[in-house]
Amino acid sequence: MKFAIAVFSPAHAPSSRRALRYAEAVLAGGHEIARLFFYQDGVHSASTNVVAPQDEVDVAAQWRAFIDSNQLDAVVCIAAALRRGVLDEAEANRYQRPAVNLPKPWELSGLGQLHEAAQVADRLVCFGGD
Amino acid sequence: MAKSLLIISRQAPWNGPSAREALDIALAGGAFDLPLGMLFLDDGVFQLAPDQQPAAVQQKNLAANLQALPMFGVEELFACSHSLTRRGLAPDTLALPVQVLDDAALSALIARFDQVVTL
Repeated sequence: MKFAIAVFSPAHAPSSRRALRYAEAVLAGGHEIARLFFYQDGVHSASTNVVAPQDEVDVAAQWRAFIDSNQLDAVVCIAAALRRGVLDEAEANRYQRPAVNLPKPWELSGLGQLHEAAQVADRLVCFGGD
Repeated sequence: MAKSLLIISRQAPWNGPSAREALDIALAGGAFDLPLGMLFLDDGVFQLAPDQQPAAVQQKNLAANLQALPMFGVEELFACSHSLTRRGLAPDTLALPVQVLDDAALSALIARFDQVVTL
């Protein structure tokens, strides 16, 4: 089965961790992830500037490793990201901001990517709140 | 055939960007001619209150963007009757033409759509 997974919460929220564990289980179960889409405060789950305490799970780093090692399509909503200070190099240059916190494998794009993923997937599963 | 999507908007317009971000999903989908519905639930019904003055809290007026929904082809608009009553909003004063649904109709509505996003 093909899954689209949307994440609406930051790396420090339990629901971001649950989304990651769910996504891992989807692949472990032999299913496919059409796209991961990060919206609202979910854009913070993609930030490379998150520093987790040493004795806590670094969910943002785990998302990055998971996406990299499985070569997944991971889209961060550009409007939601700009508003929250999550910028790739192009946007940091465009708005003359000193920090880039969204390198590859993440892609900044629009909400059309959420709709497209929902259309091609058999299931759209959303993770938000706490 | 395109899958239908119901967007459930649960936040008041003054409570951060959630209401606007739920609306943006609807407008983006409408631009692709997708079959969409939007349900205002819980504090989300405050988005439908008449005569809002968002400038008093340095916010933009969401109502104008909500009015654009039918123009973007999003004509299936709903509000939860229970949520309206609890917040003292009368169905005939709302800023948008919505169908007001009781709890049984809400479950039927959610079941009718292929996919649901709640913000």
